[in-house]
Amino acid sequence: MKLFLILDVALGFLMARLRQSIVAAVGVTFGVAMFIALVSFMSGLNDLLDGLILNRTPHIRFYNEIKPSASQPVNRSLLFQDAENFIRSVKPKDQGKEIYNSKAILQALKSDPTVIDVAPKAATQVFFNTGVIEIAGIVNGVDIQAEEKLFRFSDYVLEGDINDISNSSNSIFIGKGIADKLLVDIGDVIQVTTPKGDISSLKVAGIFQFGLAEIDNSTSYASLATVQKLLVKPASYITDIQIKLTDIKNAPATAFALSKEFGVDAVDIQTANSQFETGSKVRTIISYAVGITLLIVAGFGIYNILNMLIYEKMDSIAILKATGFSGRDVQGVFILLSLIIGIAGGLSGLLFGLGLTALIDNIPFETPSLPTIKTYPIVYSGVYYVIGITFAMVTTFFAGLFPARKASKLDPVTIIRGK
Amino acid sequence: MANMENEPVLRTKGISKSFFDPVENKVLKDVTFQIERGSFCSIVGKSGCGKSTLLYILSTMDTDFEGELYLDGQSLRGLSNMELARVRNEKIGFVFQFHYLLDEFTVLKNVILPGIKLGKLTKEQLEHEAMGLLKIMGVDDQAMKKPNQLSGGQKQRIAIARALINKPVIIMGDEPTGNLDKKNTEIVFEIFKELSQERKQSLLVVTHDDDFARRTDRIIEMEDGRIIKS
Ligand SMILES: Nc1ncnc2c1ncn2[C@@H]1O[C@H](COP(=O)(O)OP(=O)(O)O)[C@@H](O)[C@H]1O
Ligand SMILES: [Mg+2]
Repeated sequence: MKLFLILDVALGFLMARLRQSIVAAVGVTFGVAMFIALVSFMSGLNDLLDGLILNRTPHIRFYNEIKPSASQPVNRSLLFQDAENFIRSVKPKDQGKEIYNSKAILQALKSDPTVIDVAPKAATQVFFNTGVIEIAGIVNGVDIQAEEKLFRFSDYVLEGDINDISNSSNSIFIGKGIADKLLVDIGDVIQVTTPKGDISSLKVAGIFQFGLAEIDNSTSYASLATVQKLLVKPASYITDIQIKLTDIKNAPATAFALSKEFGVDAVDIQTANSQFETGSKVRTIISYAVGITLLIVAGFGIYNILNMLIYEKMDSIAILKATGFSGRDVQGVFILLSLIIGIAGGLSGLLFGLGLTALIDNIPFETPSLPTIKTYPIVYSGVYYVIGITFAMVTTFFAGLFPARKASKLDPVTIIRGK
Repeated sequence: MANMENEPVLRTKGISKSFFDPVENKVLKDVTFQIERGSFCSIVGKSGCGKSTLLYILSTMDTDFEGELYLDGQSLRGLSNMELARVRNEKIGFVFQFHYLLDEFTVLKNVILPGIKLGKLTKEQLEHEAMGLLKIMGVDDQAMKKPNQLSGGQKQRIAIARALINKPVIIMGDEPTGNLDKKNTEIVFEIFKELSQERKQSLLVVTHDDDFARRTDRIIEMEDGRIIKS
């Protein structure tokens, strides 16, 4: 009942200054809409840029690091057990890059419910040759089905059918950079030289492009068997095991645990790519800062109109007080007024924000390095809308609070006398 | 509350007030008087003698004074601003020299607004009541207009209707006819007279119109912050 009355009076004042009220509301609309468009777009961009790396990166990678033995012979000698042993010029021991007992590890990982899938890999450095040209690069021997499942390899294939990798031996998919340098196309044969000096001829079955020049200029994919044959190794030879987990957040802990369990080195995605998280965070902070700044500017607009309204409606405030409205009632009127402007502006801001993001979402954005992206990236999330409207309400509340308190303190006698 | 009927509607004891602007200026000096229920009193005095200042104190809008003030048998000392607002709303009807209607609302809405605030009657009941009051004032045909479309005399009659909506124990007026022509002054006086005689409404009206004052039940004369004759 009382709220109704206060709302009634607030609306009356609002109608008396409808044009300025609308202008103030449009300020809020603009702030909220820009905030939503900006955050949605920045998040889209973040996901895109992260995806560029993170989609290509396993949550955990198991491998054998080249490093010195953890326990040097002198430490094992009973004679020097209580002594502090200094050893200089320790050299790493070449245990090879092979993961031993890989079959058992693969089996164990595949039956683990927190693991989405497992992709084994046998990678080696090579030289690609045609004629007299030699390009240093890498051949990844992979299980192409697992690779497709974990990393959506086919998204990045420009030409060729990925199944050819497993179907016909001695086939190879090469990065676009290599193809351009070697001037080869599908069906051509290239020579590959291993570090041991063995030379093989492989047929180009496809060309891919990840959008990262470093990879596209040096990397190629073949079947596990092809690489094992290339290196003259048995069918159990594997250098990397890559897994994805159901929850990426568990990667560091799981990596640590599994590394101990299997006795191999493991690196998790967070450790391997910490710089990307930093970049995402900075972009997120920037978009929030800009959006919030816009809303605060809108808040000043509301502050202004309310101050003007109070000045104009001084007589009305005096008469309300003289006829029995308390200071708190008057304060309520002006806060409500501000909230009405905030809600109206904020809600239309949500709509405009949605429209603006939809618009950005439809702007063509085609770049050869991102074959799957056709338009600018947008993330649609209710959270941004909730944040937008909440912040609009908070800003307008405070923008209204100060003028409202001023109005509540106005002394009716001074105003009535002033005539 | 049995003796309420005998209790004067308004009673003061030794009201004094000073302004410090920048030196002390004692505007009211030991003002003690009372208004009986149902009487129509006028306050007269030279300009600047403290009539308005006294009326603002009596109407609870100015709380910065010394002395005692009883309205309807209740001491107003120590009441919070909220409680004083409630007292004004329920017990006092105020009519100013300038009409102070809210231009953003219709005439009818202006009249019922203090009633909605009081919350004793529904909106429909209040509207019915207000139409009756507007009819007495002879402006019922203007109920749906905005105040800025009306003449000064009409506005003042609407302000009186608004002052009456909550059936106050007393109506106070600070030169309510000060801004009106002779004809409208006459109309407003007749309305006050009628309220006094037919409704036993207590009225306290500041005026500098001697003719107006002479026709009230009682004249309170002020000079230099004191009551010299009443
Ligand atoms: N706010 C104020 N500050 C200082 N002096 C004031 C103020 N209001 C009124 N006065 C002084 O108080 C005296 C009485 O004023 P007022 O009550 O308005 O007189 P009246 O209504 O009888 O003409 C005058 O001398 C006036 O100058
Ligand atoms: Mg005066």
